[in-house]
Formats: sequence, C-alpha cells, structure tokens
Amino acid sequence: MTPRVDQIRERVNARDALVRRGRYVSLAFLLGVGDQEYVVTIEHGRVTSVEPRRLATSTGRFTIRAAKPAWEEFWKPVPRRDHHDLWSMLAAGIAKIDGDLLPLIQNLQYFKDVLAAPRDA
Amino acid sequence: MPEFEPIVGRYFTMNVAGEACRVYMEEAGRGIPLVCLHTAGADGRQYRHLMGDSAVTAHYRVIAFDLPWHGKSNPPVGWRDREYRLTTDLYIETVRAFCRAMALERPVVMGCSMGGRVVLHLALNHPDEFRAVIALEGADRLEPYYDLDWLHRPDVHGGEVSAAFVSGQIAPQSPDEHRWETLWMYMQGGPGIFKGDLYFYWYDGHFDDRSPRIDTTRCPVYLLSGEYDSSCTPERTEATASRIKGAKATVMPGIGHFPMSENPALFRKYIVPVLEEIRG
Repeated sequence: MTPRVDQIRERVNARDALVRRGRYVSLAFLLGVGDQEYVVTIEHGRVTSVEPRRLATSTGRFTIRAAKPAWEEFWKPVPRRDHHDLWSMLAAGIAKIDGDLLPLIQNLQYFKDVLAAPRDA
Repeated sequence: MPEFEPIVGRYFTMNVAGEACRVYMEEAGRGIPLVCLHTAGADGRQYRHLMGDSAVTAHYRVIAFDLPWHGKSNPPVGWRDREYRLTTDLYIETVRAFCRAMALERPVVMGCSMGGRVVLHLALNHPDEFRAVIALEGADRLEPYYDLDWLHRPDVHGGEVSAAFVSGQIAPQSPDEHRWETLWMYMQGGPGIFKGDLYFYWYDGHFDDRSPRIDTTRCPVYLLSGEYDSSCTPERTEATASRIKGAKATVMPGIGHFPMSENPALFRKYIVPVLEEIRG
C-alpha cells in the first residue's frame, strides 16, 4: 500500500473530534493515488478499512484522484501552494473528483481532514 | 472596568440604490479615513486586528462596515422574497453611499477578495473620490472552479460548506486560532449570501478589458496577494498589475486569501509600509 495511505485509518480513528464530526458519514469512496486506487470505507465517522481496489465492481459513492507526487506533497507538514488542500488542488487542476458529490460536499471539512490525516504536524 | 478594545461600533441607516439599508460599522483610530471591505460571505470583523494596531490607528481612522445582508447589517425590507445577488453597480454604489453618509473626505479604501475587486472598479470609475485603493487578494479577472449552487440548498449546511470551501484558502502556516476564527465568520453567514457575493466575484466583476484605463496618478493602486491564495493567485495578481500602469503589486509568502484575519502579525509587515507610503 502507498505509504501514508496506510496511515489514514489509524490516524482518523485516533481523533475523537474528527470521528464525531463525521458521525453521519457511512459510505465508501475511492481514493486514487496515481494508477493505484483504494476503497476507503467509513462507518459513523470511523474508517473501518482502506483496501486496494481488487475488483472492478468495488467502488464508492465518489472518487478523489491525484497523481502520486501530488499526494506526497499534500502529505508534507507544510505543502507547497496548490498542494495544501483538496479544494486548492481542484482549483489548480491537480486533483479530480467524480461520482455522487453530495455526501462529500455535505461533510467537506471532514473529508478534507480525513485525507490530510497522514500529514505530520 | 474591563480592558476595552479600542474598537467602537454603531448602526445607521443609509440609502443605497433607492433602498433604506440599516448597516453596522465599527472604527478605531484617528486620521486619514481607511475604509475596509470584507470578503464574500463574511463581515467587518475580519479587520479587528488592524483596528487594534496602534501603528495604524495613530495615523488612520480605520473603519469597517458590514455590507447589507452581512454580519450585523440587515437585509433590506422585503428580503424574504428576493434572491440576494451582488452586482458590480450595486457594490460600487454601496461603498460610495457609505463614504457619503459618513462624510469621509477622500478616504483610502482597502478591500479583500471581492472587496479587492471592487476597489479597482472604484479607482477606474471614481478616482478623485479616493486617496488610494488597496486590493488584497484582488484581480480584474478570475475563473470559477466550483458550482455555486452547492452553497445554498436544503440538503447542505450553507455555513459549514462555505467555511469548508474556503478553508483551503488559508495558508498552512497561519495560526490555528486565526484560521478557525476566520472560518467561524463563514459559518455564520446568512443563507445564500456567500453564493450571491460570488456572483459578483466570479461572473459580474470581470473588467480586464477596462482595467488598463485606471489612472494611478489620480488614484494610486496597491495590490497585495497571498502565496497560498488559490482563486486570486499570485499569477493573477501580477497579471492584473501588468495591465494597470503604475500599480504596485506584492506577493506575500506564507499567507492565503484572508491576510488580515488569518495571520495578522505577518500581514502587518506588508500593510504598514503601504499605509506609510500612502500618507507620505
């Protein structure tokens, strides 16, 4: 598994306030890191699994994709501009989102923080 | 007695485009009037640190007001049946109405984001009414990158989504205390107000075809933008400056879209010299 991606589950679940903010989130989404895709499954704000996508039918409500170097920069303690936030990555054309965006938008700060969870303070 | 801050706030009613608007304003300091315009979907509290800075208030009367529909200013009577949408003409007229009502003589006007946009329109159309304009995170042309309809619909919390959209506009280096205070204001905005402001910011306010006509010998123009601003990027700021002869542009490293509220200690290092230059 891509380094940092393997930390999402543990880092999110260790943050009670983040789990609380996501308490109405129960779904799976796809996280694309370059050519590799991961299915991130969340139940009531807790990340229950982060697994490489093995089957074509394994999918999620929405997909968030960026190139591997973009995520590596994103996960640095102080990322360069355009790489520091999902929405800034969208604005710069570095990341792409697809699928049913409603649950993402309804819980946008939660999902931004889930993605950033592997970032070292 | 508590140790009061130097900021004092008051309400009054002014006429804007034929409508009575009850607005809230606050001020601190004495000297050259410095009218401060808040960002889209926010209010004048963004300038509280500038109003508490004695290096500024020793020479400037710093005034911030909440646009109608924002902060503690009311929407006009009958708002319930209207969709709020800020236009270039209405915004220009609102700022001029405020300056007239306050009897300000050739104030400096500083605005951020959409406020940074409108000050350029003021410099173009009414250069003799203003001593100088300062555009923070302001450009003459921007490109939208998300659908504004997400900002006002019953199945998405408008305040939370507005804050979540702009949270990435704050630099990672900015102190958490100020980051979350800045976002708190976004969470408190009225329904559909951020969306209505962005209509001006993204769709109605473009004027890169006319900005070269700004005469900076009549009204000096200063542009200051944060490195981490992903809407009014440093590139867009510099492009704007290149079209306005005599405009002075500064890119502020380590700051995002809300310099005065997200990192006031760093921002003052950039703004105090500009204010000193303006007062001569």
